[in-house]
Amino acid sequence: MGNTSSMLTQYDIEEVQEHCSNTFSQQEIVSLYQRFCQLDRNGCGFISAEEFMTVPEFAVNPLSQRLFRMLDGLNFKEFVAFLSAFSSRASLQQKVEFIFKVYDTDGNGKVTFNEMLDILRDLTEFSDLHLFLVIEVMQKENTPMSLKIENLHKRIA
Amino acid sequence: MSKLNKSNSELDLDRPNIEDYLPSGSLQDSHPKLRLRDLLDISPTLTEAAGAIVDDSFTRCFKSNPPEPWNWNVYLFPLWCLGVVVRYGVLFPLRAIVLTTGWIIFLSCYFPVHFLLKGHDKLRKRLERGLVELICSFFVASWTGVVKYHGPRPSMRPKQVFVANHTSMIDFIILEQMTAFAVIMQKHPGWVGLLQSTILESLGCIWFNRSESKDREIVARKLREHVNGADNNPLLIFPEGTCVNNHYTVMFKKGAFELGCTVCPIAIKYNKIFVDAFWNSRKQSFTTHLLQLMTSWAVVCDVWYLEPQNLKPGETPIEFAERVRDIISVRAGLKKVPWDGYLKYSRPSPKLRERKQQSFAESVLRHLEQK
Repeated sequence: MGNTSSMLTQYDIEEVQEHCSNTFSQQEIVSLYQRFCQLDRNGCGFISAEEFMTVPEFAVNPLSQRLFRMLDGLNFKEFVAFLSAFSSRASLQQKVEFIFKVYDTDGNGKVTFNEMLDILRDLTEFSDLHLFLVIEVMQKENTPMSLKIENLHKRIA
Repeated sequence: MSKLNKSNSELDLDRPNIEDYLPSGSLQDSHPKLRLRDLLDISPTLTEAAGAIVDDSFTRCFKSNPPEPWNWNVYLFPLWCLGVVVRYGVLFPLRAIVLTTGWIIFLSCYFPVHFLLKGHDKLRKRLERGLVELICSFFVASWTGVVKYHGPRPSMRPKQVFVANHTSMIDFIILEQMTAFAVIMQKHPGWVGLLQSTILESLGCIWFNRSESKDREIVARKLREHVNGADNNPLLIFPEGTCVNNHYTVMFKKGAFELGCTVCPIAIKYNKIFVDAFWNSRKQSFTTHLLQLMTSWAVVCDVWYLEPQNLKPGETPIEFAERVRDIISVRAGLKKVPWDGYLKYSRPSPKLRERKQQSFAESVLRHLEQK
């Protein structure tokens, strides 16, 4: 398992580090590169759906399809930027922004009630009737029909 | 409050609970009252997914870890070069000669025995067994195999199967040089397949094809017939179903454990100092693998014959398989991993994801009912 043809140079590492706003150390970037090369078996520079699904732990995750849609076609730099929200050095703002992006499937900057329902459906496989009942029982507070990012921040933080 | 009706009512009893091994993304039990924000907080699930992307226990099982290069120095490099010369120039030809001699002796004895003694079955079988053990010893000698056997030698009794962890096809050869087992193997193409269909057939070996789904019942029947026959060679099964890199064990298939007979575990551990015996079938053919072994210094391994186990009352075959896997992993110092080896060739079944979703759903309902 060696990456003989494409070793990272110091310039590459620094460029990637800058791109992900310094959330990963240089050693972590090197390890992530090794992992990227390991997953990208055919060496085409990005990880395809097939290659992601060979990781069984990822394939059984209920949110894997969503994450895959966000990860499709990313090269290594963007891959590291994607994972930067999970680093211990990431700020809370970055993490919440990431969660917001996972919810916001149509990318219009707003999370609608339907998008929230979609997430709950992915997580639980409840039928729509079940979902409405669950949400009604829990709805002591008013749930606004669409949330902007600051409100989501307040809700989760 | 409506109850959750299980749409897939048949639980997947085929595998033990993976939740025991993986971190569960269920809701925190610290909040007695379930709030909407807890339900919407997908960070545990996302963290799990990201963890799987960055490193996962399944891929680790099949990674061949190359040893650290030690020849990076002015004086170490010439030593290494000398070593290469000795290995390829001296050892390899010697070993090739030994192996060829062995094959000549074997073939010249085997065919007469096989054809001339057609009538005297018992004698023929005994001689064939002895000859197979001989050729396996030649093979082991051709890699300068240093094999230490611990524990009592397997005996020929009916109603017993042997199970072992699997690292490479040479596992079979190493075990075979001590006792002539009948093994159940994947049918291979090429010269290996030829050997399989001629010589190994006489030992009573059973073939299967991974890609055929109907194959399973036929094979299960053949296994049962073999085990119940008194005169057959002891049966050796590799329940992992695929080669693993000798640091981990993947889940055992329950087929070997529901035959209703004693299971004798065998643990095999290779010492990587001299050569890494893991056959990464995605990266090399068996011929390349053998050549690699023949041009290394030695193949050093330990084989432990462990205490025979029986199905305990009230134990399912899966629990039995897990118990035996535990015994083998502890003895050989391997880590256990909750994945099916066949995931190398296919995607995980959607039932696994559904089970995760179900357990999350159940914990939601449990929290709500606590109000």
